Amino acid sequence: MQEKVKDAPASPFQWVGSRPERPDGVDKVTGRARFGADMAMAGQLVGRVLRSPHAHARIRSIDTRAALKLPGVKAVVTRDDFKDQPSEFIPAGEMMINYRDVVRNVMAREKVLFEGHAVAAVAATSAAIAKQALKLIKVDYEVLPHVIDVVEAMQPGAPLLDEGLITAGVEPAPNKPSNVAKRVEFALGDIEAGFKQAEVVIERSFTTKPVHQGYIEPHACVASVSEDGQAELWVTTQGHWIVRAHCARLLGWDVSQIRVTASEIGGGFGGKTVVYLEPVALALAKKSGRPVKMVMTREEVFRASGPTSGAHLRVKIGARKDGRIVAADAELKYQAGAFPGSPVQPGAMCAFAPYDLENVKVVGYDVVSNRPKVAAYRAPGGPIAEFAVEQVMDDIAKAIGMDPVDLRLKNAAKQGTKAAYGPKFGPVGLIETLEAAKAHAHWRTPLAKNQGRGIASGFWFNIGGETAVSMSLNEDGTLSLTAGTPDIGGLRASLCMMAAEELGIDIGKIRVQIGDTGQLGYNFLTGGSRATFSSGMATVEAAREVIKEACKRAAKLWELPEDAVEYVGGAVRPAGPNAGKHTPMSLKDIAGIAGKTGGPIAGYARINAHGAAPSFATHIADVEVDPDTGRVWVVRYTAIQDAGRAIHPSYVEGQYQGGVAQGIGWALNEEYIYGADGKLQNPGFLDYRVPVASDLPMIDTVIVEVPNPRHPYGVRGVGETPICPPMAAIANAVCNATGVRFTDLPMSPPKVLAALDEARAKGAAKI
Amino acid sequence: MDMRYEAPKSLDQAVALLVAEKGEARVLAGGTDLLVQMRTDVVEPALLVDIKGIAELREIKDEAGGFRVGAAVTGAELKEHPKLKAMWPGVVEAANLIGSTQVQGRATMGGNLCNGSPAADSVPALIAASAKACIVGPQGRREVAVEEVMLAPRKLSLAKGELIASFLLPARPPRAGDAYLRFIPRTEMDIAVVGCGVCLTLDAKDVCTAARVSLGAVAERPLLVAAAAAALVGSTVDAAALDKLDAAARAACRPIDDKRGTKDYRIKVAGVLARRATQIALERARKA
Amino acid sequence: MAKHHVAATVNGDGVEFLCETDETLLDVLRNQLGLTGTKEGCSTGDCGACSVTVDDRLVCSCLMLGVEAGGKSITTIEGMADGEALHPLQKKFIEHAALQCGICTPGFLVAAKSLLERTPDPTETEVRYWLAGNLCRCTGYDKIVRAVLDAAAEMRGA
Repeated sequence: MQEKVKDAPASPFQWVGSRPERPDGVDKVTGRARFGADMAMAGQLVGRVLRSPHAHARIRSIDTRAALKLPGVKAVVTRDDFKDQPSEFIPAGEMMINYRDVVRNVMAREKVLFEGHAVAAVAATSAAIAKQALKLIKVDYEVLPHVIDVVEAMQPGAPLLDEGLITAGVEPAPNKPSNVAKRVEFALGDIEAGFKQAEVVIERSFTTKPVHQGYIEPHACVASVSEDGQAELWVTTQGHWIVRAHCARLLGWDVSQIRVTASEIGGGFGGKTVVYLEPVALALAKKSGRPVKMVMTREEVFRASGPTSGAHLRVKIGARKDGRIVAADAELKYQAGAFPGSPVQPGAMCAFAPYDLENVKVVGYDVVSNRPKVAAYRAPGGPIAEFAVEQVMDDIAKAIGMDPVDLRLKNAAKQGTKAAYGPKFGPVGLIETLEAAKAHAHWRTPLAKNQGRGIASGFWFNIGGETAVSMSLNEDGTLSLTAGTPDIGGLRASLCMMAAEELGIDIGKIRVQIGDTGQLGYNFLTGGSRATFSSGMATVEAAREVIKEACKRAAKLWELPEDAVEYVGGAVRPAGPNAGKHTPMSLKDIAGIAGKTGGPIAGYARINAHGAAPSFATHIADVEVDPDTGRVWVVRYTAIQDAGRAIHPSYVEGQYQGGVAQGIGWALNEEYIYGADGKLQNPGFLDYRVPVASDLPMIDTVIVEVPNPRHPYGVRGVGETPICPPMAAIANAVCNATGVRFTDLPMSPPKVLAALDEARAKGAAKI
Repeated sequence: MDMRYEAPKSLDQAVALLVAEKGEARVLAGGTDLLVQMRTDVVEPALLVDIKGIAELREIKDEAGGFRVGAAVTGAELKEHPKLKAMWPGVVEAANLIGSTQVQGRATMGGNLCNGSPAADSVPALIAASAKACIVGPQGRREVAVEEVMLAPRKLSLAKGELIASFLLPARPPRAGDAYLRFIPRTEMDIAVVGCGVCLTLDAKDVCTAARVSLGAVAERPLLVAAAAAALVGSTVDAAALDKLDAAARAACRPIDDKRGTKDYRIKVAGVLARRATQIALERARKA
Repeated sequence: MAKHHVAATVNGDGVEFLCETDETLLDVLRNQLGLTGTKEGCSTGDCGACSVTVDDRLVCSCLMLGVEAGGKSITTIEGMADGEALHPLQKKFIEHAALQCGICTPGFLVAAKSLLERTPDPTETEVRYWLAGNLCRCTGYDKIVRAVLDAAAEMRGA
């Protein structure tokens, strides 16, 4: 069951914290909602991409002449259609990007660096002709040795992806290239001294596999470029201003030339924060003079769009017997895929973030290999590091005979804790989630045979960033709200609720849309759990601007000074000594006089949202293990997390449940499987095994509310933290069920059975 | 590039179309494997012969105390036939493990067998049940034990122009029961890592008088494991018999390592599934 | 060779279309009939986003050829509401927040409706297994299963 912890008296809010129907609900249950592939433009062509069959090869030549001669083929593009870009890292939300690499990822230049790497693209009058045209493109490859595994890629003598890659962050700089793009380090205090105080030290190594975001909607877009160079792009994305920026840069066009409309988006989880098809579709549209529609197949999604990193990890924690952690040390090696830029830095920052520690050191390596370039995936980097740390925490608790919740409580980060990565936390809710876990019936319920219970905590930063929102008071008193962060999971409902709360009106009077790039100032993307936080903050500001203007207009009508009127309960009325002198005017009344008192009334907020606050979670997992086949089922699960304040609790619960389900998949069955030939063997939902409905139990949630003082409604981002604890919570549960510690993901049946048999042979297994 | 599509109304027409085609001809039943293979260019047929318009291929008929099941009957239709389900629950359950509810609405046992996968779920269950395939071709009709149809991955013992028209499920002996289990990492939607079909018959004293054990996904084709059956016959299916069965099942495996499982894992799990399926079949036989 | 001329019924209306042999029913619905409520998630029958019913049988429209639809009666998500009235399942999905991004929603609704027509009072387990061929990556299925069970209860009471 869903429950909500609320010690506070009855909510002071009319809308915030309630569960109204979402404004886009009917469109989404009737099939009206238009997603990336649902748009058609008159005369559109079908665009298809030719992809590398090799994991690593030099491109000697590309001959497109035969394809161009095929009737129905209207354009072909290759590396020659995209200008090279200088090497320069720029921030792109939670990840850094380098346009030198982006242009190469969109279309291979000197080399193909992974199987599925785009080499050329065609636009043709039908899918069948486009497919035939791809077969007519002759690419001459010099096949090179490849490297898939991160540890092998770090070895001297490993095949080099980029002969010019010198490890950054190492002094002095290495004089030879390698596949190690970067070393990062975060440290606090002195771990050597810390470990000397330790009475218990546990050190373990772990591995995780790359996992895909697994959004059900493949990448899709439709592009049109007119004869005067003005371009329209319809695309499924987490950030259409980002798409505009990348496309303008790669094509050498003015930003103002491209108008990007975000379609409804069928899941992203970080994977739709980068460009793949979009610049290609625009280039094909420009060349052909016709609109071009491009949709990836599921196989292309798996082979060519970003999963998150697989990793090798080592974690060492020292504690005193009273449970105080005195030193924590970690080494993280993350696969970046074909180009630098794994989320090892945020991973290193997250690793020990839940704990108030004096001596910490985390070193991370960003390593390239012949796999698709990783993209952000829900708390990028965090779940990988936390999977390792939270298991070692569990071992420490076992070693000193302490309850694992108590161990975490003893060391929990709180207001004033200085994190190893720099900042001091404001009010945070980790302790509250741990106490809620201890108080939860789940924590005390007896287990059945072959079952085990585990807990783990998790952390994610959350971000703010550039945001613009506009709000217009319509002539009948209703309002139109336009935001610029694509709505993936109920954002429009939350924005309407905050606007209605501010305006003191019924939520039904506000209609919200996601505007295109021509309608608002720059909006950073929906990611980093920022949309409800940032667009909410901007919505509140825009609403307050509308209120201010409404007051101004009434004051003008009543011939009162502006500060002699106030806005209460959805109406403007005279205040102070003038109270009662005029009949209060509702927003509808104000809308009626807008024309003659100065014209349309609107609010426009353009902010860089500061004050994003982290969200902590504690999860409890129960598993059952089949001793004969090694199959693990999650039989009960409770996710407890600090939301700051839940604007729409149903969608907050939904974020918790969705993060947990993805975490269960990551823990048990999801992985990229490569053959010796460097080719991905499971590029489909048949063998890339995301959880199905019958795999999961109900996922119980507890929303803890420790408001973020820097948001008008106390909001913290909630979307990413829920994927951080599940892998460790499940591994801890499996360990408690079997007596065997599982350090390699996924905990798939063959691996579990092999480990159980090995432990049984030594008498070390419980089942 | 152009693919022809024909939907004959009779078996004779279907055979004639298959015989006449010079390029690659494919029989289209439920299409749940074939369409995927066409989409990914694994097969590029010149001709599709849709057999769903042929009445006898779409029927379940009583025959010789058992049932004749048309090769193009879907999994969902099998499940909705109470008498068939009561007589051969293992076969119906096996056919209903193939894919999702949606796939059940299309997928057929004929297609499952002719797809030529060693991991086909319905095949070990049909083999355990002593089912025969009725093969029709230019030379007429022949009945063949199901275990003789598939030779190796994607390779069948059918000649050009031949197709499977139906399966004959015999009358189930008194005090007999069948069962099929497969192992997959998830609860649904996967291809079997190992599959095991069992059918056994008891006498009045609960002694096993006959048994058939078939394993899927542990060799190049579904296996009929005589040694595993022999482990049960003459016993009361007690712990000792189950141990022998487990060992015989494992000994019969000659699997490969692939993305779905290791050799070692498949061998171990084959023994486990043989035990578990036998216990279900035993329960059913006792109640029959 | 010439395209196939196919006549079928879609959401109660007679339709005619031309298609190549290799075009799926999903291709026809989306590209020729403009019924884009049926989604394409994988084209291999593994995600269920393209679920429709054909003669009241739940199928993946990506696993059926357009030419096979001749003479059949097909129902898509666009045929689920009755005029202005949403189907109880549609209402319950909104009420329970059983969708986040919404891409899988049409497939889930079509599949759930097919379940409730056969099994008006399903258990949670029956709902989960019936819907196992419909992937959702956002919700963890919890709210979807609750919405289906609640709609079933309401429909039994109605």
